[in-house]
Amino acid sequence: MSTVKPRIKLDKKEAKKGDLVEVKALVSHVMETGQRKDSSGTPIPRKILNKFTCTVNGKQVFAADFEPAVSANPYIQFKFKAVESGPVVLTWTDDDGTQIVGEEQITVS
Amino acid sequence: MTAGCNRRQALLLGVGGVALVTGAWVAPAQAANDAQDLVTKFTGGKKPQEARVKLDLPEIAENGNTVPMTVSVESPMTDQAYCSEVLVVADGNPRGGVVRFHFSPANGVAEANTRIRLAETQNITAVAKMNDGSCYMAVKQVKVTIGGCGG
Repeated sequence: MSTVKPRIKLDKKEAKKGDLVEVKALVSHVMETGQRKDSSGTPIPRKILNKFTCTVNGKQVFAADFEPAVSANPYIQFKFKAVESGPVVLTWTDDDGTQIVGEEQITVS
Repeated sequence: MTAGCNRRQALLLGVGGVALVTGAWVAPAQAANDAQDLVTKFTGGKKPQEARVKLDLPEIAENGNTVPMTVSVESPMTDQAYCSEVLVVADGNPRGGVVRFHFSPANGVAEANTRIRLAETQNITAVAKMNDGSCYMAVKQVKVTIGGCGG
């Protein structure tokens, strides 16, 4: 699972201090609810990315807890205020503990 | 008055049986969706006011598998006053919880967008919690043409 590469887009790579930067991210994942059954009637086990976090320069700015009611290939969009340059790290955590990590750079002038 | 039951007893048995069946049927249906419990737990028993929260969802969702949803909360988002959390619940899904957003003053605006699954036509509720503990909410009904919970 760690080979999955999330698609992350910042609406600007360079921002003035105080500007709002919009983050859009899409990650490929089944988000299996655990409610479905396969053709032989056995339940398909749950597999959900249950936690999403975003840190800018090591500080957490945004997080979300996903339930099975979040669509497959979860998409997330939010904004943060540009304060300092640094890496924007997005992390998704799976039910089994594996993590999908993506990174972008933001330059603040 | 020999063995078996007479008419009156049979009738009683019938009523009892029906009550038993409906009782058993209703109980799991209520227990299944915990949307209301989640909201109560989130707000700490307070009743949130219907204000400041904007829940943007389509009126009719053709495909319940992926319904775009935007939640925004009116808040200055400063260190003194900001929206810390938003809980989204759906009352017609197998489980009530949908998503929970954790905001911080570093967000600048309390706004997030994601795509959700809806099993059927139902009400979606977004409850926002401010850093001072006050709660606000918004409710929106979405009509779903094709349900999004597989099966």
